[in-house]
Amino acid sequence: MTFLAEIRPDEWNFPLFLHVLGAMILVGGMLTGASALVLARGDARLLRLGYWSLLAVGLPGWILMWVGANWIYAREGLDEEPIASVWVGIGFVVAELGLLLFLISLVVGGIGVYRLRAGKGTGLLKATMVISIVLLVAYAVAIWAMTAKPD
Amino acid sequence: MSFDDWILSLHVLSAFAYMGALVLFWILVVAVRRTDLPVVTARMGPVARTGNVAVAVGAVGTIVSGVWLAISLDAYEVWDGWVIAAIVLWAISLETGRRAGTEYTNAMNKAEELEVSGQTGPSAELAAMNRTSTGLLMHTVSSIVALAILIDMIWKPGV
Repeated sequence: MTFLAEIRPDEWNFPLFLHVLGAMILVGGMLTGASALVLARGDARLLRLGYWSLLAVGLPGWILMWVGANWIYAREGLDEEPIASVWVGIGFVVAELGLLLFLISLVVGGIGVYRLRAGKGTGLLKATMVISIVLLVAYAVAIWAMTAKPD
Repeated sequence: MSFDDWILSLHVLSAFAYMGALVLFWILVVAVRRTDLPVVTARMGPVARTGNVAVAVGAVGTIVSGVWLAISLDAYEVWDGWVIAAIVLWAISLETGRRAGTEYTNAMNKAEELEVSGQTGPSAELAAMNRTSTGLLMHTVSSIVALAILIDMIWKPGV
């Protein structure tokens, strides 16, 4: 953010704030979801807490992050041009491919929570847990790319 | 990529760890408010410990790398107003967060005590501890101050 401040116009500040705040909420929801699902050891309450953290906190965070990013991108007219830098490419891949994975994990986890009520196994929530961990790692890579701008 | 680029990445990753932990604690604050059962409260302990690790990594990482960048980069100085403001806000957020943590840890310790003594039913005392107004106030202040740091970092008043 420090280097970015040297080159970015002031009118980017608010959309950038929304983008970073959304990303932080997303990471927080994902961290809670993954932790609760890993540490649940079959405990239904903790499994539900993990799932709802992803759905009720992580997903709104993703939306806020995406809105902020696209606000800046559209304002600069970059959405009509091909992606010109590696770090923006990494950001888009992690955000949008990540969303696909995230939605799959929410659908699978939702079925898992439903099955939990019926006293069935926790296998589907384990899949949600694995995807959450993968996404957390991907988000760390995206944060590195957004700040270090490797190209 | 320069060494300062790596330090900047560390700075922002640490900020995400810190803010991510604050979000995690908000989820736990809301979750424990609804329960008066020792077993449910105690089960939150391991998740809270994950948050403690993230807060520690985030707090140390942000301050060390932030001061490094302020010294290393020609554009900024440690005594710039927005940098001093960030350091003061960081200290306030950390201290209020620590106080909130103490309140909620007391509730978790109480839940474990009740479990050990075989009292697994609802406890009015535990419910009151889980709904600690001091803990909630301290966590709210810690979160608002952390948000103020983010605003300070993006707008950099005075630059």
